Order: sequence, then C-alpha cells, then structure tokens
Amino acid sequence: MSALLELRGLGVRYSGAATAALEGVDLALAAGERLAVIGESGSGKSTLARAIAGLLPRTARLHGTITWPGLDHPARNGRDIGFVFQDPGSSLDPVMALGDQVAEVAHANLDMGWRAARRLAVELLDRVKLPEPAALARAYAHQLSGGQKQRVAIAAAIVARPKLLIADEATSALDTIVQAEIVALIRALVTEDGMALIFVSHDIGLAANLADRIAVFRHGRMVEQATTAALVARPRTDYSRALLVAHLGLEA
Amino acid sequence: MSALLDVQGLSKRYRRGDKEFAALDGVSFSIASGETLALVGPSGSGKSTVARILLRLVEPDGGGARFDGEDLLALRGAALRAIRPKLQMVFQDPLAAFNPRAAVARLIDDPLRIHGIAGRAARPGAIAALLERVGLAPELAGRRVHEISGGQRQRVAIARAIATRPRLIVLDEAVAALDVLVRGDILRLLMELQAEEGIAYLFISHDLGAVRAIAHRIAIMDGGRVVEQGEARAVIAAPASAIGRALVAATPELPKFRETAS
Ligand SMILES: Nc1ncnc2c1ncn2[C@@H]1O[C@H](COP(=O)(O)OP(=O)(O)OP(=O)(O)O)[C@@H](O)[C@H]1O
Ligand SMILES: Nc1ncnc2c1ncn2[C@@H]1O[C@H](COP(=O)(O)OP(=O)(O)OP(=O)(O)O)[C@@H](O)[C@H]1O
Ligand SMILES: [Mg+2]
Ligand SMILES: [Mg+2]
Repeated sequence: MSALLELRGLGVRYSGAATAALEGVDLALAAGERLAVIGESGSGKSTLARAIAGLLPRTARLHGTITWPGLDHPARNGRDIGFVFQDPGSSLDPVMALGDQVAEVAHANLDMGWRAARRLAVELLDRVKLPEPAALARAYAHQLSGGQKQRVAIAAAIVARPKLLIADEATSALDTIVQAEIVALIRALVTEDGMALIFVSHDIGLAANLADRIAVFRHGRMVEQATTAALVARPRTDYSRALLVAHLGLEA
Repeated sequence: MSALLDVQGLSKRYRRGDKEFAALDGVSFSIASGETLALVGPSGSGKSTVARILLRLVEPDGGGARFDGEDLLALRGAALRAIRPKLQMVFQDPLAAFNPRAAVARLIDDPLRIHGIAGRAARPGAIAALLERVGLAPELAGRRVHEISGGQRQRVAIARAIATRPRLIVLDEAVAALDVLVRGDILRLLMELQAEEGIAYLFISHDLGAVRAIAHRIAIMDGGRVVEQGEARAVIAAPASAIGRALVAATPELPKFRETAS
C-alpha cells in the first residue's frame, strides 16, 4: 500500500514551554488507512493532529519532517485534510447559514461557483444524515443539537473530498447514543470515499472499533503502535495494558 | 430499610421558544444509606434538572422529596442551611466556578468554616487529613487551582464535598471529563469512601461502563420520565426499555480478537 503521509522525528515545542509537547514521532499512514491515536490527557494527541493539519500556532517550533508522498502538492487543510474538532459549536460560525459554511469550503477548494457549491452543500448535509437538508442549509448553528452540529462540521470537513480526515475527540462532548451515531457516520464516510482517518480519542474501546491500527501516546512520545488486533490482544507496554484494563465495558 | 432519599413525582416545565415542555414529568426514585443509584439517560432527558431540584437550585412545579426524614423541598432559611452539609454535590468541572488563582486549601477550608466543622486552630490539620483521604499530598494545599491537573481538581472537589461528612453526594457527570486512567482512580476513590463512611451517591451519567462499575441500582430516564429501574447489572444485561437498549448498544466494547498462541 502506498504511503499517504510520513512523519519522521516529528517534535513540537510550544513557545515558553519547558518541555516538548511532542518528541521523536515516526509514523506512516497509508492511503485509506484508519489510525487511532490514544493516550492520556496532555500526552500530545491534539498536538500531533494539529501539526499534521498545519494548525499549530505560528509560535510553536516544529522539528523533523512531515511529508505527503501520496500528494503532488503540499497538503492543505480544507482541501487535502478535513479536520473535525471536539466542541461541535466552536468550528461553526454562529452568524452564517449552515449550508453556506459547507459551501464556502467547496467554493474555496474545488474551484467551484457559489451556486454549485451551495447545491453540493445540501448534498453533503444529506450525506451526513441531517433531516431536511435543504431547509437545514438555511438554518443557524444555535438551532441544532450538539450531535447535529457535529454532523455539519463533518460535512464541511469532507466536502472537498480530502484524502485524510482527522477527528480530534470529535465525539467526546456528545452523549453515548449520539457518539455511536457519529462514529458510525465517520466509518461509513471514510469507507465510501476511501479517505484515510486519524481518530484521536482517549477511549480505547471507541478507537478499537474504528481503527485498523492504534498508536499509543504518553508524555509526548509514541510508546507503541500496532494493528488494533495485536494491541488489544497482546499489548507490549504496561501503559497500553493499563489503558485496556481501564476500559469499562459492559461485559465480564 | 427506610430510604435516605425518597423522590416522588417530580415535575418541572420549561419554555422553549413559545412552547412549554416537560423537562421532568413525574420522576420517582429512592436511595438507601450507603447505596449508589445511577441516573442514566441521553442528553436532555432531565438528569441534571433532578440534581438541581434536589440541591434546591431550581424549584419544581410538583412532586416532593424526603431526605433523612425531612421534607427537603419545603425547607427554608436556617433549616435548609442545617441540612446542606448532609447533602453535597460534585459536578463535571466543579472548580470551574472558582477563582483559578484560589489556593486548594482555601477551597477545602470554606465548607469547614461555613458549617463550623472545625475550629480555626484545627482547620489546617483537617485540610491536610482530607487531602490525604482523597489520595492527594498535603503539600498540594498551597497550590492554586489552575496549577493542578483535571484529576487532581476532581479529587479536591471530592475532598470539599466530604468535608462536611455528608450522607448523600450528587455526582453530575463527575467523571465525564477525565481521561480513562484518572476516571478509574476516581471511581475507586468514591467506592472506598462509600465503604468506609456509608455515603450514598446519586451518580448521574450517560456512561454505562462507569455506571456498571460503581452503581448498585440504576434508573433510566428518557424525555423527563424514569422509564426503567432496577439492579444495575441486571438492567444493563437485559434492558427492557428502548432507550435502555439504545444506551447499551452505544457503549463501546473492546472487540474480541482470538489470542494467537505465543
Ligand atoms: N497552545 C499551547 N501552548 C502551550 N502549550 C500547549 C498548547 N497546546 C497544548 N499544550 C501543551 O502540550 C502538551 C500536549 O497537549 P495536547 O493538547 O497535545 O494533549 P492531548 O493528548 O490532546 O490531551 P487531551 O486528551 O487533554 O486533549 C500538554 O502539556 C499541553 O499543556
Ligand atoms: N433553565 C432552563 N430553561 C429552559 N430549558 C431548560 C432549562 N434547564 C434545562 N432545560 C431543558 O430541560 C431539558 C432537560 O435538561 P437537563 O439539563 O436536565 O438534561 P440532562 O439529562 O442533564 O442532559 P445532559 O446529559 O446533556 O446533561 C433539556 O431539554 C434542557 O434543554
Ligand atoms: Mg486533545
Ligand atoms: Mg446534565
């Protein structure tokens, strides 16, 4: 399988920080592959996600390399990468109609006129299974529930048909039922479009159900990466084992 | 066993736009001393409204609640203040409401002082003992709220809650914002405190995994009603209500992989 993305010795240090938020990360992602990034709070998961998407603050210092062998141009957030954040509200503009927010991404990245972009936006709102997409395109963020807002954010993230979708704790703010719906939606969309996925979560149960491979982070370092099956059945580090034990399921 | 808390027919209506709707519609349940009842349900089902009514932050439109032999919702003034120490609460990010520059010692000192639990001279010792009780180093007393981690903050909130030797603690999504390792630690701490001091918990959550680990009984809410209640493990193993089945189905399980011989 061809690599879409390769990280070599990736490190990040925020300005003024005493220690690096991320250090020495070597990681490759194949086209269409689904990778989960897990680890405790502060372990560097979001820093990794933002570094890949080029969303780090300008003052942060980056070491190592991020290359995109699968692309013939530098990756751009919006066009090549779709990014979904934890807080469903924060990524949406409260005073812009929801359809226009999705259309804007298409217009900016797909060399598409506004009319076509608006039509595509309605299609996307339908694809993320929002009810009455044409009417909803004219609604505003405050009129939606948390789960519905997250669906709009996903529509905007995938409208330009990116090669990679990054979801950073995209379901953590939602109740369990809505969370399961959003996970099912993400799974269906990446499969249909052949998108690669980086799914950031501290819930190993959620991660294991979605990903082909899992990378475990702690204190800014990747302590283990393995296929989901191998990591769940035979974790190689005590830390991964602790995460597995801490998972509270409904069985046993 | 007579109940520590007995809630009967709570109702509460709110306006949404120009329509009225029932946030609570005849909610009843009870909790015995030393017992954990989980209140579970999807977002908007009314869980926090129940908590707010019990803590007297919101007045219900109907129904009643007896707590430790008293008509909780009728208490006013001095009688209400007198019962406060027995009924405590811990929220998702309980210290968010406090000045982040306040010292940890101050936060725990407040309930001790306000409820006259310990005299001025005894308070530093009491604060240190409470910090140890929740697994924190006494030295943490001098740190400021913004200088400690989320898990440590939740422990401080629990120390604050148990400072008044409560009979019941209402925990509203108290472990929801914590990462899994820290969540496990906090659940264990709560169970230990319960075993030693006989505290009852109303554990509000939509995380059935956590509920199954900590709760004796469960009440499942949907649209402002309790649609199912019973022994926690039995209900989770075979929920009778549609929303109970949906909550169970939505709880992520670790997939089973066949162990290869090694
Ligand atoms: N903008 C920033 N400036 C300075 N330090 C930061 C910034 N963002 C994150 N950090 C620090 O970098 C480290 C890694 O943070 P990061 O947000 O990547 O962790 P995380 O694994 O995503 O945690 P969580 O599960 O809590 O989201 C932490 O110590 C954090 O405090
Ligand atoms: N002060 C208020 N004014 C109007 N509506 C309210 C008010 N407080 C709560 N509600 C509504 O009452 C319903 C129940 O809310 P509540 O906060 O009790 O739900 P919950 O079960 O705690 O949900 P969550 O899991 O999201 O915390 C919701 O529809 C909510 O929007
Ligand atoms: Mg993060
Ligand atoms: Mg609530």
